[in-house]
Amino acid sequence: MGMTEAAILIALMTLVTYLPRVLPVLLLSRRTLPAPVERWLSFVPVAVLSALLAPALFAPSGALDLSFDSNPVFWVSIPVFLIAIKTKNLFITVIAGMVMIALYRLLLL
Amino acid sequence: MPIIMGYLPIGFAFGILATTAGLSIYGALAMSIFVFAGSAQLISVGMIAAGAGIAAITVTVFLVNLRHMLMSAYLAPYLGRLTPLQQALFSYEITDESFAVHSAFFRVNGTPPAPELFALNASAHLAWVAGTLIGAWIGGRLTFDIDAYGIDYALPAMFIALLVMQVEHRRHVVIAVLAAAIGLALYLIGLTQAYIILATVIAATVGTFFAPEEKRGADSDLAQ
Repeated sequence: MGMTEAAILIALMTLVTYLPRVLPVLLLSRRTLPAPVERWLSFVPVAVLSALLAPALFAPSGALDLSFDSNPVFWVSIPVFLIAIKTKNLFITVIAGMVMIALYRLLLL
Repeated sequence: MPIIMGYLPIGFAFGILATTAGLSIYGALAMSIFVFAGSAQLISVGMIAAGAGIAAITVTVFLVNLRHMLMSAYLAPYLGRLTPLQQALFSYEITDESFAVHSAFFRVNGTPPAPELFALNASAHLAWVAGTLIGAWIGGRLTFDIDAYGIDYALPAMFIALLVMQVEHRRHVVIAVLAAAIGLALYLIGLTQAYIILATVIAATVGTFFAPEEKRGADSDLAQ
């Protein structure tokens, strides 16, 4: 990809990334939202992170796959979930996950 | 601090993948400085490597990042004290990770003073750019099998940790499982760009109408 093309692409990506991030804050921050809307928004964090994560765990190559041999991510994620619940620590969870997946691939595959 | 440590390896992975996909080190850096969107950047370099056009990549990035609209709407009530310029700057830094950290903190402690807000965002952004720089520098010099080192797992591991940190009530677990099931189903039937936002909207709507209110007093996020 050439310099000009890359520059145009990055400018467009910046625009389509920034608009959804900024408009709701600018439009909604000075109003009181109706209670049902607030309740709806209270579910957004868990729902969005969970939806984001599901295909990466259950279908990393595009199709449902829970095999020991081809989807180590699913199997490693079980202890990683437990570590996250126990420690509530981002750094420990990420490092433990990376070490476990590397060991899994090295020793078990 | 944890957000910085979460960002470095992913920025690093992005730097390697971007230069491997044929983006220059400056292109990779510019993308991390201006766009600042983890998964969208990773998807875009994947598409560049696959030879996709600018229009297709832009549309994909838009769809992938549309979820930030929901996050921005969630954070909005907490940002009423900021000036519009501060709000515009803050919004520039809304990512999955900063959202997860801010939303968890706001709900418990309210909005911290502006300098604290921007310190967290700036250090996260800096870590992302630094990770990109190191990755791009290395990626341009040697061929690197990132799977062998578990670097590709940094992103899922981070989302697992951030998801767990968001769960405060049993009904959050129910909605998380529902969102995962819907998201996975939509993804498997081919909605590979829109599944996140669709699953979030459906699960949050179900939660609003069907998840029982917890007993009064036990419900910290409604007790403010």
